[in-house]
Amino acid sequence: MIKAISEMAFFRNRRMAGLIRFVGLFALALMIFAAVLLVFGKNPIRAYWDIFSATLGSSYGISEVLVRMIPLILTALAVALPSRIWLINVGGEGQLFIGALFATWGAVNFTNLPAWLLLPSIGILGFLGGGLWGAISGFMRVRGWASETISTLLMNYVAILLVNFFVFGPWKDPESANYPQSAPFPDAAILPSFFGTRIHLGAVLAIVGLILFYFVLSRTRWGLEMRAIGVNQEAARRNGISTSRYIILLMLIGGGMAGLAGMGEVSAIHGQLRPSLSPGLGYTGFLISWMAGGHPIGIVAAAFLLSVITSGGDILQMTHRIPAAGVHILMALILFVVLARRGGKPR
Amino acid sequence: MIGPFLISIFSGAIHSGTPLLYATLSEAVGERTGIVNLGLEGVMLIGAVVGFTTTVQTGNPFLGVLAAALAGGLFNMVFGFLVITRRANQLASGLALMFCGVGLSAMIGASLIGSRIEGLNEIQIPLLSGIPVIGRMFFNYDILVYSAIPVAVLVWWLMFRTRWGLSLRAIGENPTATFAAGKNPHRLQYQALFIAGILGGIAGAHLSLAIAKTWAEWMTAGRGFVAVALVIFSKWHPIRAIAGSLLFGGAISLQLQMQARGVPVSSFLLDMLPYVLSLVVLAIWSGARRHAAPGSLGRVFQGTE
Repeated sequence: MIKAISEMAFFRNRRMAGLIRFVGLFALALMIFAAVLLVFGKNPIRAYWDIFSATLGSSYGISEVLVRMIPLILTALAVALPSRIWLINVGGEGQLFIGALFATWGAVNFTNLPAWLLLPSIGILGFLGGGLWGAISGFMRVRGWASETISTLLMNYVAILLVNFFVFGPWKDPESANYPQSAPFPDAAILPSFFGTRIHLGAVLAIVGLILFYFVLSRTRWGLEMRAIGVNQEAARRNGISTSRYIILLMLIGGGMAGLAGMGEVSAIHGQLRPSLSPGLGYTGFLISWMAGGHPIGIVAAAFLLSVITSGGDILQMTHRIPAAGVHILMALILFVVLARRGGKPR
Repeated sequence: MIGPFLISIFSGAIHSGTPLLYATLSEAVGERTGIVNLGLEGVMLIGAVVGFTTTVQTGNPFLGVLAAALAGGLFNMVFGFLVITRRANQLASGLALMFCGVGLSAMIGASLIGSRIEGLNEIQIPLLSGIPVIGRMFFNYDILVYSAIPVAVLVWWLMFRTRWGLSLRAIGENPTATFAAGKNPHRLQYQALFIAGILGGIAGAHLSLAIAKTWAEWMTAGRGFVAVALVIFSKWHPIRAIAGSLLFGGAISLQLQMQARGVPVSSFLLDMLPYVLSLVVLAIWSGARRHAAPGSLGRVFQGTE
C-alpha cells in the first residue's frame, strides 16, 4: 500500500516519494516492535507514549535529544566517509573509546594550560586517537592482512578493554576510592555548553564535519577520485589514483571523527574517563549511516530518530522494566526494513 | 606446580574451545555457500538465552540444547530472508541480525539474570576417567564437548562427501554455473543457513548451559566475531577448525588460569588475548587464504533474469 501511495501522481516528486516510503518503513518497524512488546506482556502504546513525552514532550527532553545527536552524527560520519569507497567501518565504538582515552591523557596531564590551548589540544588528541585506531584497520586492509570489517569489529573489544585497563589501573583517580574512573578534567578541559543545556561545543564540530563531508565529496577533486574508486576500483587505479592511500586516509579521518565524538563525551558530558562512556554510540552510528545511505541530510534525520529511540531505551528501562538493550530490537528492525527494500533491486 | 597448571590449561582449552568450534563450523557452512554471517554473535546469544530459559523451566538441559539449536536455526532464517530472498548487503544484514539478537536475548533473559542452573554436567567415562592425568585431560567433560569433534567430522562428511555438500560448495564458488547445472541456489543456501543456525545455537547453549551455567546480557562477548576470524584461519575447512578452536580455547584458558592464580598482569590486558590473537593470525595467514576462500564469497546470486 505504501508503494501505491508513493506512486500516486501527486507524489511524482522523487524526494517526496522517498520520504513517504521512509516513513512507511519506519511505521512498519514500529509495528513489529509493538508486537514484540506485546509478546513480552508490555503495553506498546504506553511505551511509545512514554518515549515520546520524555524526549520530545519538553524543551529539556528535546535538548537532551540534541545532546545525544552530537556523538551520533560524528560516529555516523566515521562510517559514511569510508563507505564512499565501499569500506565497512564497524569500529566506531572502539575509535570513540580510543579518542576519549587520548583526550583524557591530555586533559589530566596538562592541567595548567589555559583553555584556549588545552581544548584544541585534546580535540586534536581525540581525533588522532580514533584516527590511529581506524588507520590500523586501513593498513591491515591495504596489506591484504584482514578485511576492515572484521578487524574493526575485533578492535572494538581491544579498545574498550584498554580503557578499562587505564581507569581500573594506572589512571584511577585516588580521590574516588571505589569508582573506576580517571581524575576529573580541569575546568580548562571541559567543552563549553550553550543556553543552559548540555548542548556543547561538539555540536559545532558535528555540523562542520557534516558540511566538510558534503563539500569535499561533491566539490573537490578528492571527492571525484573517491567516487571513481567507489564505482570501479580497477579503472581508478589505472588512472593513477592510489586506492591504498585513500583506504588508509579515509579510515584515519573516519576514525578521527569517532575519536572526536569520544572526546566530546568524555570532556563535556562525563568530565572524566569512565568505562560506561558509551552506550553503543559507535554501533548506532553505523546504523545511522546505513539508513541515510551516506547522505548528510539523511544522517541528521536518522541521527535524530535514533537519538530519540536510544534515549527512549533508558526511559523504558526505568518505567517499564524493559532492559535498555531491548531497543536494539527496534534499531535492528528499522535496519531490516531498510535493507530488505534496498537489496530488492540488483546493484 | 607446573604439571597441574598445564593440565588445567589443557582441559580449559577444550572447554572454552568447544563453543568456538561449533560457532566456527556454523560460519564455515555459511561461507562455503557464499554467505558471510556477521550475525553469528546474535544467533549464539539467542541460542544461549533460549537454552537457558528452557533448562530453567523444564529442568532438563538436553531439552535446553535442543531448543537452542532450533531457535538458532529459525533466527538465522531472518538473515536468510534478507540476504537470499531480498539480496540485501550481507555485512550490514549480519550486523543488524547481531543487534536484533542482542536486544531479543536481553528481553527474553531479563527475568533470569542471577538464576543459576545445574546445567550440563560432566560425564565421567567409566574406567577411562579413572586414569591419572589422562583421565582428567580427556574423559571428564559434558556431552557437548564429547560431541564437538564428531559433529565437525559430520559437517566435513556432509560438505565434502555428499552430493548435497558438493552442490553447496559449488554455489559458494559459482552460483550461476550451479544454477545452470539444474540446482536451486536459493533453496540450498537456505538449507545451509538453517544448519549454520543450529550450530550457532548449540555454540551459545554451551556457553550458558555448560560453561557459565547462568545468563548475562551479551555473554558471548565477541566470540561470534572471533569465529569469523577462525574460519579464515582454518581455511574454510571443518577439520582444521578443530585445531583453530583448540588454539583459541587455549588462549582463553591461559588467560583464565593466570587470573585465577593471581599472576600480576591486569585482567583487562589478558582479556585482549583472543581478539589480538585473531588479528595476528589473520595477518599471518593472509598469504595462504586467497586460494582457499570460496570464489563468490559475499556476492549474491542475482538469478538469471
